Amino acid sequence: MEKLSFKLNAPTRAGGTRAQAIVGVVASGNLEVLLERASPADVCTIDIATAAHGFGAVWDAVVRDFVARRAAGGLRISINDGGARPDTVALRLAQGVRLIEEREA
Amino acid sequence: MTAATANSGSLSWYEASARQRIEALVDGGSFNEFIGPELREMSPHLSIFDLPEQFDDGIVIGRGRLDGSPVLVAAQEGRFMGGAFGEVHGAKLTGLLRAARKLKQDVVILFDTGGVRLQEANAGELAISEIMRAVIEARRAGVKVVGLIGGRAGCYGGGSLIAGTCSSLIISEEGRISVSGPEVIETNKGVEEFDSRDRALVWRTMGGKHRYLIGGADKFVEDDASAFRQAAVEALRGRGRCDLAVLDAEQQRLERRLRRFGEAGDAVAIWQAMSIDKPTDIPGLPTDEFRRRVADKREHADDAR
Repeated sequence: MEKLSFKLNAPTRAGGTRAQAIVGVVASGNLEVLLERASPADVCTIDIATAAHGFGAVWDAVVRDFVARRAAGGLRISINDGGARPDTVALRLAQGVRLIEEREA
Repeated sequence: MTAATANSGSLSWYEASARQRIEALVDGGSFNEFIGPELREMSPHLSIFDLPEQFDDGIVIGRGRLDGSPVLVAAQEGRFMGGAFGEVHGAKLTGLLRAARKLKQDVVILFDTGGVRLQEANAGELAISEIMRAVIEARRAGVKVVGLIGGRAGCYGGGSLIAGTCSSLIISEEGRISVSGPEVIETNKGVEEFDSRDRALVWRTMGGKHRYLIGGADKFVEDDASAFRQAAVEALRGRGRCDLAVLDAEQQRLERRLRRFGEAGDAVAIWQAMSIDKPTDIPGLPTDEFRRRVADKREHADDAR
């Protein structure tokens, strides 16, 4: 496993009141994303454990793009990755912030 | 809560994730997870093999309401390591079943598993026996344990043994139950014994229709979450007895079944021996017509299993 950690300034605070959300599954070409509310509202931390080594620069680009575009402030995001492509990662991250915004049933 | 409020919309059970299945199974918004992903209770073995872990170790457990009544639920995620049982995965299910016995609350297990996780084989095998014991102890205490089978991974290996201890089993055509999987049989016995690439052979030997016909499953449903939910509600209304008389009766039925079909070389030969009209049509029949056509022909396990 390769472990990567990012602590990024997030311009937009995550919406909603859910304490946590989880999307995706750890499988080949897929990943799970666990989102929890933590840290200051203008910071997003992302910890990644990935089966595919040597893609730090791609992860860096994907998570920076995510934090710039989506409401990710105040989130602690943890990822278990089974070798997903960058577009799948971006999709799961977007699903994650969408789910944590949802009203609790 | 008054009437059950199921989540609307049709959802393929086969395609759905463990979490989606639970969401669609229980009354809307009633599910409370135990030992959720945020606790990161993961396998202690996978990192040794440098394999990716999952925060819930591939099984979601908790409590919800089904048609208004409290029920304990476990759902395996078939896409994570083939839904296989490891130490933590197994311990979560064992714990749920022991709680069921104490609380006198029924359990629904959403199977989706290839069996024991090879990387933690000893712990996984032990988990299977602990779970089987816990199912029986819960059933002896009057708790019903209903198994739902219709996922991608089917219900194989140790999972099929656990299924065999349940009060009742609900299966879809896509569901499969077998101790050994197709590839395992082919590897050990050769392609002439079982060609694992012959999908039609796999499904007519291990698939939901055949299991339902020979009394290996009790309810046959469409690959749809609401159909599974409805069948689970009905199964939980059953008697779910578990005593010596019930087990004796099942033993006799299985002996009879072996005498009746033991010489058959293929599932179709068994369906023929059951006097099913046009047995070769069975795999192609839609759910309703299939159930209608076999209603008075199929074998029943009653509540022995």
